[in-house]
Amino acid sequence: MNDYFNFEQIHLDVLKEIGNIGAGNAATSLSHLINRSVSMDVPVVNVVTFDEMMMEIGGKDEVQATVFVQANGDISGNMFFMIPPDEADLFAQLMIGDPSEKVSEGDEIATSAFLELGNILTGSYLRAFSDFTQLDINQSVPHAAIDMVGAMLTQGLLEISTVSDQAIMIETILHDIEGFDQAIKGHFFLLPNPDAYATIFQALGVHSS
Amino acid sequence: MTQVSEAVKVGIADLNVAQHPQTIMTAGLGSCIGLVLYDETNKIAGLVHIMLPDSSMSRNQTFKEAKFADTGLLALLKLMESQGIRKSRLKAKMAGGAQMFNSTNSSEMMRIGYRNAEAVRALLKEHNIPVVSEDCGGNKGRTIEFMIDDSLLKIRTIHEGVTYI
Repeated sequence: MNDYFNFEQIHLDVLKEIGNIGAGNAATSLSHLINRSVSMDVPVVNVVTFDEMMMEIGGKDEVQATVFVQANGDISGNMFFMIPPDEADLFAQLMIGDPSEKVSEGDEIATSAFLELGNILTGSYLRAFSDFTQLDINQSVPHAAIDMVGAMLTQGLLEISTVSDQAIMIETILHDIEGFDQAIKGHFFLLPNPDAYATIFQALGVHSS
Repeated sequence: MTQVSEAVKVGIADLNVAQHPQTIMTAGLGSCIGLVLYDETNKIAGLVHIMLPDSSMSRNQTFKEAKFADTGLLALLKLMESQGIRKSRLKAKMAGGAQMFNSTNSSEMMRIGYRNAEAVRALLKEHNIPVVSEDCGGNKGRTIEFMIDDSLLKIRTIHEGVTYI
């Protein structure tokens, strides 16, 4: 049923490298933005069912603050930056210097700071992706929401769902930000549309099976 | 003493049937539709978690029937009829069909929630199954649970709490 994603190890390795370079660039941007050191995990690339993907971030009704962007150009796809709402508050407060502003309570200035944060991070990620593959990739206007993981991530799975019951999840986690008392867990999910894979592999000189 | 009854959980692009005292639920509906068909007399309900409006959108020959409104409804009806439930007894409640991200980009996938809800309503009309109540649209995620005993659909959202329809 899912031979669409019947990749060999080398294909998964290439996608992992994209997750590595993309999130690495995003972590550097974040570090400059807040002037603190930021570390990240080795990316995870897995072929998973839609339900399994939601479980990666706590289940379908787990609440996360999210910035969503669409990628268009030589390839198309969707990208999410997700972080627990109280951690989004911390970032927004650092950026605007006002500890009373909260993304989690819908405060306008905090929400627009969080949207800008997500815009910068996803932009850095996609720019590194574009530089690495030499593909032209444009980023859409970003959108922010605080809601259930399942409800939000599904938006990025619609194109994929027309060809498969599974998705390739390119996931990278940011954590351990210098000077924060609590551990931070920011997730990047990159979900290229099904037709993007052949273009990506070709651009990198890896033959599709 | 609170009686704890089992909730049958339905995943994305999946379906199932439950009988009282069970309940049946699905979590994190965005643009997807949670469609409940129920038989009040026999205290049985089925739920299908639909992602897309029509199976003609599939680029594969084989796919999970529950993923699409047309094949999902037929598959649920077939499963319920195989358990002795008559279609003429069935009523429907539905929720979901949101647009989670307000996009100026009017690509059809961004407006899929609206199209999902329209497709399900049209199909139910074709099959003469009355829609007793629905909560569709907006820009919020919904987790739904159908209480078979009193035929109520419990809808939980993050920002607006719990409602029953």
